[in-house]
Order: sequence, then C-alpha cells, then structure tokens
Amino acid sequence: MTTTAIGRTSVPAKYLPVLVTGCLFAAMFVAGGIRYEGFASGQVVLNVFIDNAFLLVVAVGMTFVILTGGIDLSVGSVVALSTMIAASLMAGPGWPPYVVIPLVLAIGSGLGLVMGAIVHAFDIQPFIVTLAGMFLARGLCYTIGTDSIPIEDATFTAFAQTRIDLFADLWISPSVVIAVVVVLVAAYVLHYTRLGRSVYATGGSEQSAMLMGLPVGRTKIAVYTISGFCSALGGVLLSFYMLSGYGLHAVGMELDAIAAVVIGGTLLTGGSGFLLGTVLGVLVLGLIQTIISFEGTLSSWWTKIFIGLLLFVFILLQRVFSARTRR
Amino acid sequence: MTEQILRMSGITKTFPGVKALQDVNLSVRRGEIHAICGENGAGKSTLMKVLSGVYPHGGYEGEITFEGRRCEFGGIRDSERAGIVIIHQELALSPQLSIAENIFLGNERARRGLIDWNRTNYEAATLMKRVGLRENPTTAIADIGVGKQQLVEIAKALAKEVRLLILDEPTAALNDDDSAHLLDLLRGLRDEGITCVIISHKLNEVTAIADSVTIIRDGRTIETLDMAADQVTEDRIISGMVGRALDNRFPPHEPTIGDEVLRVEDWTVYSPSQPGRKVVDGAALSLRRGEIVGLAGLMGAGRTELAMSVFGRTYGVHITGKIFKDGKPIEIRNVQDAIRHGIAYATEDRKRYGLNLIEDVKRNISAAGLRGMSKRGWVDEMQEYRVAEEFHKSMNIKAPSVSSIVGQLSGGNQQKVVLSKWILTEPDVLILDEPTRGIDVGAKYEIYTIINRLADQGKAVLVISSELPELLGLCDRIYTLSEGRITGEVPRRDATQERLMHLMTKGQE
Repeated sequence: MTTTAIGRTSVPAKYLPVLVTGCLFAAMFVAGGIRYEGFASGQVVLNVFIDNAFLLVVAVGMTFVILTGGIDLSVGSVVALSTMIAASLMAGPGWPPYVVIPLVLAIGSGLGLVMGAIVHAFDIQPFIVTLAGMFLARGLCYTIGTDSIPIEDATFTAFAQTRIDLFADLWISPSVVIAVVVVLVAAYVLHYTRLGRSVYATGGSEQSAMLMGLPVGRTKIAVYTISGFCSALGGVLLSFYMLSGYGLHAVGMELDAIAAVVIGGTLLTGGSGFLLGTVLGVLVLGLIQTIISFEGTLSSWWTKIFIGLLLFVFILLQRVFSARTRR
Repeated sequence: MTEQILRMSGITKTFPGVKALQDVNLSVRRGEIHAICGENGAGKSTLMKVLSGVYPHGGYEGEITFEGRRCEFGGIRDSERAGIVIIHQELALSPQLSIAENIFLGNERARRGLIDWNRTNYEAATLMKRVGLRENPTTAIADIGVGKQQLVEIAKALAKEVRLLILDEPTAALNDDDSAHLLDLLRGLRDEGITCVIISHKLNEVTAIADSVTIIRDGRTIETLDMAADQVTEDRIISGMVGRALDNRFPPHEPTIGDEVLRVEDWTVYSPSQPGRKVVDGAALSLRRGEIVGLAGLMGAGRTELAMSVFGRTYGVHITGKIFKDGKPIEIRNVQDAIRHGIAYATEDRKRYGLNLIEDVKRNISAAGLRGMSKRGWVDEMQEYRVAEEFHKSMNIKAPSVSSIVGQLSGGNQQKVVLSKWILTEPDVLILDEPTRGIDVGAKYEIYTIINRLADQGKAVLVISSELPELLGLCDRIYTLSEGRITGEVPRRDATQERLMHLMTKGQE
C-alpha cells in the first residue's frame, strides 16, 4: 500500500512500476546481505552483471518489441544460432573474430528484418511469426552440428578472459561494458528520436499512430530488426562466456527476457515502459540466482519458482495500475 | 382501441455525465408495426437496450409492462424468455457456423445433451421457408449476403417463439431489393400476430410500413402518431424530429472567404467488409480558404468513410476519384502524403483513434508534427516542450502540466489536444469529425471559437456532425450526404433543419 501512497503524492504513475522493481532489487540485496556473509559486496552486484550481460542485451531488444505491443519468441534460438555460427567458423575454416562477429550480427539482424517484414506485410500475429522463427533458428543450429563446438581462437579467448579492474579490487568483463553501451544507446534512441516516439505511439494505439501519420509499418520492422541484432550480439557475448557454440545454448532464454521486461514494468500490451526497468528486471532475475546459490542447500529450480511468483505479482500490479488509470 | 402488448413508462437512463433518456413513454399495440424515429443520439437505441435487458433492471428508472405483466429483466436471456427479441444493426451471427447452427445458437435442438442434427436442419429448413430464405441450411453464414443474413436473424428470432421483434436499422446495409423483401416479410409477420418495433432513418420506409410512430428527441418522447388516423407524412415526422430552437450557443463569426483550396471529384469508395457495396458513391465537394463547411448525414450515410478515404486512404477499398489542392491534381496514398499536402483529419473516436491515452499531453501534441522539431531523427525535446506549453496556454487546455497523461483529461480538453496536434502540422484543410461529441456545453463553445479562429487564419474547415443545430450555427455552407451520395449543398442563409433533414433522408430514386 505504500507504493500507492507514493504514486498519489509525488511519483508520476508511469514511473511507479520501475520504482517498485528498484525497491524490490534493493530489498533483496539488503535481505541477502543480512542473511549471508560476504553477500553485501559490490562484486556480488557486478557478478550479476557479468553472468547476465548477454541476457541484458537480449532483453533490450525484447523491450523494443514489447513496447510496440509485439513479442519476439525467436531470441533464444537466434542466440544459440549465433554461438554456433561463430564457433564453427572460427573452429573449422579458422576465420578471425573480426570477420566472424560482424557476420553473425548481420545474420541476426537479417532474421529479425525478415520476421518484422512478415509481421507487417501480411498482418500476422508476431507470436506466430516469431514462433516459426524460433523453430527455424534452433533447427539451423543442428544443421551446423549436433555437438558443442569449443572456441579456441586466441584473440577471442583472450578478449573473453580479460578482467577490467575498477577501484578497490572490483572488476568487470568486457561483455558488461558492451551491454552497458547497448543499454545507453537504446535508451537514447527510445527517448530522444522519432523512431523511439513511433515505438511508444504504435504500442499505445496502433490505429491512432497510423492516423497521426507515423510510419507504423517501418517502426514494426525496425523493432524486430533491433531485436534480431540484440539477439545476435547476446549470442556473441554468450560465446565469450561459454567459449563454445552449441545448439542447446540459451534454451528458454526468450522467456527469461520476456520475464525481465515484464518485471521491469513494461506493459505487455505495449506503449508504456522504460529500459531502466528492463535493466532492473534482469538484475532481479540475476540476484535471485545469486541468493539461491548462496543458500547452498536449495536446488537451482527454486530460481524458476521465484521468477514465477514474481511474474504473477507484477502482472497483477500492472492490472491494478492500468485499471486505475483508465478510470 | 386494441390491447397494448408493451408499455414503457417514465424510463430514465443516465450515463456518467449524460442523461440519455428522460421520462420516456412508449406503448405498442398488439400486432402492429411500430416505428421509432429520431436523430442520431436521440436515445432510440438506448431505449431498445433498456427494453431488451442489455441494460439490466435497476440501471434505469421507470416501468416496463409486457403482456400485462411488470418486467424486470436482468439480461437478454430474461427478455428473450418473455418473447422479446432484438436484432441489432451489427448482426450477431457467427460467420463460420452454418445457417442452421446459427438459428439455434444458444437454443440448440438437443437430445440428452447431444445435438440432434436431423431435427436441427429440418426445423431450420421450415423456419427458412417462413422467412423466404432459399439456401441450404448447412451453408456457412460467411457465404451468404447481408440481406440473407438479416433473414437468418429473423428466423433465429422465430425459433425463440418471439412475440415482440425489435429491429434496429434493419435496412441500413441492404440494397433496394433486399429491403423490399424484408419489409414484405415484416408485413407477413404482422399478419401472423407478431408485433414489430422498427428503428429506421429511412422515412419513406417508415411511412410505407408502420402503423404508428413514436418520435424521440434529446432523450424525451415527443409524440406518438397513428399513421392512418393522423395522416402522417415524412414532413410531419421530420418536424417532430428536429423541432428545436437555436439559441446563443455559437460565437458570432464573419467569414472572409478566399480561393478554393481543396476539391474532391467523383469520389467512390467500396466497403472493405462487404464486397461490392459502395459506401461513398461519386461524391464531389469543394472547400475554400476561410470557409467552414458542414457535412450532414445520418448514421451510415458515409460521412466518416468519405473523410477517412480522402485522408490517406485510411478507409475503404477500390477508391477512385480525383483530389485537387489549390487547383492542382494531387495523389494521396497514405497519411504521410495527406499531412504533406496540408490535410488534417481529427477522428470522431478520439479515445481509440485520435490519441495515445497512456502518453502525456506534450507527446500527443507533437506526435504528428515531429518532423518539424527533429534533426536527422533526433527529437529536440526543449522545442517540443516549448511548443506544447504554447498550445497549453493558447488553446486553454485544462491540464495540470504538459506532462499530464491525456487519458485523465476531460473530453473537451482531450479534443483540444487533438486539435493542437493537427494545428501543429500547419494544415490548409482540417476535417473535423464530430468535434464536439461527448463534450459539455461550455467546452463546445470553446471548440467553436477555435474553429472560427482557424477559418480566420485562412484555413478551410470541414465539420462532420450529427447535430444539425451545430452545423447551422457554425457553418457557412453545408453538404448533405445520404447513402454515400451528396444529395445537396445549402448555403447558410437558406439552411433550415427541415430542409437538411429532407436532403439527408432522400433515398435513391
């Protein structure tokens, strides 16, 4: 009930879900710090970033899509396909990373572009189109190989194992830097460009956006392309993390990404939400995993149980929140 | 005096902020066809929804007596059990199911929980014969025309052993042959003892078929006439429908009219949902700078369809015709083209199509004019804020700040946001569709003042409205539209409500 009181007095209603997620993250961190020794350190937070950099990047793309009122189920498979293409090209013909990485990014964006174009041109529900994309990309992984392919390229592994030292013994990986840059660029695009405005307007009401003369079709194609690009980049980051390509990488990651976006307060119907919320959503998911591992005795499946409960709470919150604004 | 089958007395129904019905009385005699006439928004459909239980008992005041018993319907099922069936303008049929299945939908011919298909199809065939529908009962609804669908609705009502059949605009979507057949059928039903209440805008049909007519205006009953005894003519009905005096609800305005800015010629639009049906048929109109032009027409006449098809082909298929801007022919393929050519369209349904309700005032105002305040895709937020603040003041938008969420403003202020948005695109032509719908009287005056100001700036304004007094008070010239055709063009000094209503109800010869 405190949140409603805050909403009424000072915080505009649209920031409320983000604020709730932020408070939840802080509360979880404090609770963990009290319960477990060695939890309340900066490195624990940074490790959450390090372990979830790829999910963060994928969730950024997903945020664009969900803000338009769409959904992208293909991201997990595109991530896996990206690791597979990267690993096989470096292992087999021995292509250098600076050729392989741009190629992977182009393939991911291309897949997104095609799905977006189909969604727009034939006016098909994004759920179906990206479901097809999901099966397609996952299937393509196995045409490359059914086993895990290790990555042994010297430049690639060296970059992957680099530690960037911050002050006072804290460190991060290059993936975190990349993910943060992606978040900042995306936030800038969403809030300061015409494309960003069209994204919000399309999600708010597609009919009215069309009657305002906004390029609804181009916007839709753009968000799936962005999501495809982010998935491919997420795949590259995952191959830094795993140092392998495998068709079974990132199974179910699309659902983690959607969960992070929703927990971050973005409306599944589109039109309302912030990238900061998505970042917090990913951090909350990561922190749940950290807490479970600190607990030691709990099986990792408890992560899923907590995510499930959290999602319920947030969907209910959104329902209450949107019912209140409609009145 | 024959026995009354239905009496509604003292019906009052209020919606938040509006009194839709006020002390309405209606009595219908057994075995007659009773017409209800009134302008758009007069309260006809609301009255029928009260009667059929769509608005359940307790949501309105007044009494309903049917077949001598007081009725308190809690929903449509109750009223249907009593023998009252309503057929809405938008037909309630399930397109993929067969005719027989639709006839017995919710009323299935079943034995021990399983549907008896033989009986279903046999009884459907009998009912179809009664309404004169020659089709196979197993044909899907989607495969037959609207006229036949209407007959299926009536067969469905007959299957429920209807005693009072209510038809809301039954012929609005039908062609002449189908309409004639339907009217014959209604006469036949009357002879079988089924009482009909029919809501219609087509006064020639009303005079042809009805035994008595009740006229409703502004949510009140005006009069009930017996067609034979009172020798009712179309003119008689029209004067009952409009008889209302104009008062000072409009700001004074002296127009300065300049050159022609937009001309539409031979504009024809087909319906996207009913193939082959012309929604707009060879319409032509022209607008001059500084002029406020009205477009009058009853529901379904094609007003919005005409406007939207001109505004970047946002409605309709197989659109043909010519558009001239400042005398030069132009091609408008989409909304962006329309905006580029200086045409703006403010929709009649601003909540669904005109605004992004979950976004704030400034972003709604800037949405259509972002091109002007951005460089290479980057939006200048300071300029956006300044522009929004200007409109906030000049349009007198009553919102705490330009960051307020639009969904929380009143109807009048939402409309001002819509107008601001379009003014920002610097249009030469503004098409305003029902600009004062759902707005209180004070805010209406403000909107009229804004419209006058826009005309004074040399813009042409086309106002579409269901309220004739509004058009008479505001416009310099009024076009009338009926069944997709322009049936008249009346300058302000010659315009009266009766004259307009005549032209608006003029059917095709």
